[in-house]
This record gives sequence, structure tokens and C-alpha cells, in this order.
Amino acid sequence: MSTRVYDCLKAIGEKIIENRDFLTDLDREIGDADHGVNMARGFQSVIEKVSQDDSDIGASLKKAGMTLLSTVGGASGPLYGTAYMEAGKVLMGKETLTADDLKLALEAAIAGIQKRGKAEKGEKTMLDSLIPAYDVYCEKIGGGASIVDALDAACTAANEGIEFTKTIAATKGRASYLGDRSIGHQDPGATSLTLTLETIRDFLKG
Amino acid sequence: MVGLVIVSHSYKIAEGIKDLTDQVAPTHKGIVCAGGMEDKSIGTDAVRISEAIKQAESGDGVVVLADLGSGIMSAETAIELLEGEDINAKLVDAPIVEGSIAAAVTAACGSKLEEVIAAAEQTKAVKKIN
Repeated sequence: MSTRVYDCLKAIGEKIIENRDFLTDLDREIGDADHGVNMARGFQSVIEKVSQDDSDIGASLKKAGMTLLSTVGGASGPLYGTAYMEAGKVLMGKETLTADDLKLALEAAIAGIQKRGKAEKGEKTMLDSLIPAYDVYCEKIGGGASIVDALDAACTAANEGIEFTKTIAATKGRASYLGDRSIGHQDPGATSLTLTLETIRDFLKG
Repeated sequence: MVGLVIVSHSYKIAEGIKDLTDQVAPTHKGIVCAGGMEDKSIGTDAVRISEAIKQAESGDGVVVLADLGSGIMSAETAIELLEGEDINAKLVDAPIVEGSIAAAVTAACGSKLEEVIAAAEQTKAVKKIN
């Protein structure tokens, strides 16, 4: 029988693989049409390489991050890879996840993505979904909400973040070459990030 | 001798630059390519880059040159993956062809890591057409 953390990573992987063409089509508009293909390849490897028997959440996330680093190929590799590895570091040794653990993991993931991509909110990147989601998540758990309810509100914020990316021009990555022509298109990274959060929410909801 | 790692999204670009550095610095045995993915498809792989850095290291440090975008991010990640290992690896801000050649030549002369970095960085300001 596989562990919960493995099952969650597998669910995220399956969601990304299911949305491969959708993510690639979004990337065709403003990028190099490889986001879905790259992410699907990376998560196929995650499903294959992360140990099904490891119940250590941190160690499993770290392994997933290392796998993404070496299999995605595009910018999402070091960005998602670093996010998973940094989240893994703060969850190392843990076999259960509290609302506060998830807060720390999200915080570490954001810091990792910012360190790697040198981006801020408002540059049409995955951070435009992740940072508002994190803010709402913290607010909800601060008010005593359950992890699932807080994540549910966070997912709404992440989806609003996707909508926000349609209204702004990209200043990072390949899409930045397009300047104002990138306005009107939603960011593929913000989209895959939101799919990830929604999958975690659905998984924890059981 | 200071090692050199050439990072490109393209396997062929990295190998091609190494052909050039081998021509100008034939005595340098610590130049290692990390171009493309394991299957030679387009992309960069931080884990492969960190292995290349280990291979290029002979005790005097390693200079890393990368092409663009996620190549830079993967190279930075690769250097972080070496935390805990006693390797002084530095990513240099320079054009990859000119920078690699300058680094290879100065490293082959027995220069120190700082000197190799400076030689590579200087190529950034070189005008090609006067």
C-alpha cells in the first residue's frame, strides 16, 4: 500500500498530465509551447521515482523536487523543483500535516521560487496565484478555519490570480519579449500552480 | 587548474563550445559540458550540471557559464545542490562562447579562480565591431 504523501504527489502528477495539452496551448500563446509537455514529463517521473513506501512528507517532496530538476527541462524545472525541495526541507521527518505545517511549506516554496526566479508578485508568473493563495490561507487558519476550508479559500484566490495575470504584461521569462502583447493571456505557470493547490485541497478533502 | 562547465539548453551548443575551447586550450582537461537533457533533447538539468561541476573540480574551483533564461536558474540550482561538498563553484555573468574561451585560456595558464572569473566577465564589454 502506498503512503498518503505519495498518493497526493501522484494525484498532482495525474492532474498535470491530464492538463498537458491545455497548459501547452496556454504557453503557445505567450511562450514556447512546452509548459504542459515539460511538466507532464516531469511529473510522470515523479510518479515513477518517488518511493511509494516513504511516509516522510519532507523526504518525499525533496525527492519530487530533485526529479523535477532533472526531467522538466524548461524554466519550470528549477522553479517547481526548488519549490518542492524547499517545502520538503521544512517538512523533513513529518508524517502528518497540520495547518501550520502547510503554511510553513507554502512560505518556503514561495521563498524558493522568488530566490530562483527573482520575481515579485505582478510580473505574470506563478507567484500571482501562489502569493494571494498563501495570504488567504494564513488569514483563514489564523481565524481558526480547517486546513481544507483554508485551502478552499486559497484556491479561489489562486484562480483570481490567474484572472489577474490576463490583465498584466509579462516582465519575466520568454513572455517578456512580447511586452504588452502578452496582455489578455493567462499565465501558464499560474495555471499549473493553481491546479496543484486544487489537487492538494481535493486530496485532503478525501 | 580551475575547472569549467559549459551549460546550454542545447547539447550541440555545449559540445560545439567545448570543441572551440579544446582548440584554444588543449592542455585543459577540466572542461565539462552540461548541454541539453540526459537524452540530448533541449533543456537544462540542474542535477546533471552539478555532476559536471564535480567532474570539472580538481581542487582549484570551477567556473560555470550558462546560455540564457532557465539555463541560469538550473546552474544556480546546481551550485546549491553542492552545498556541503567542498567545491568552490561560481556562475559567471558573461556571453557563453566568448566567456568560455576566455575562461579556458586563463585557467589553462594556471590562473586562480578569481582571475578566471574576471577574464570571463570582461568579455561582456568587448565590442565585436568597432
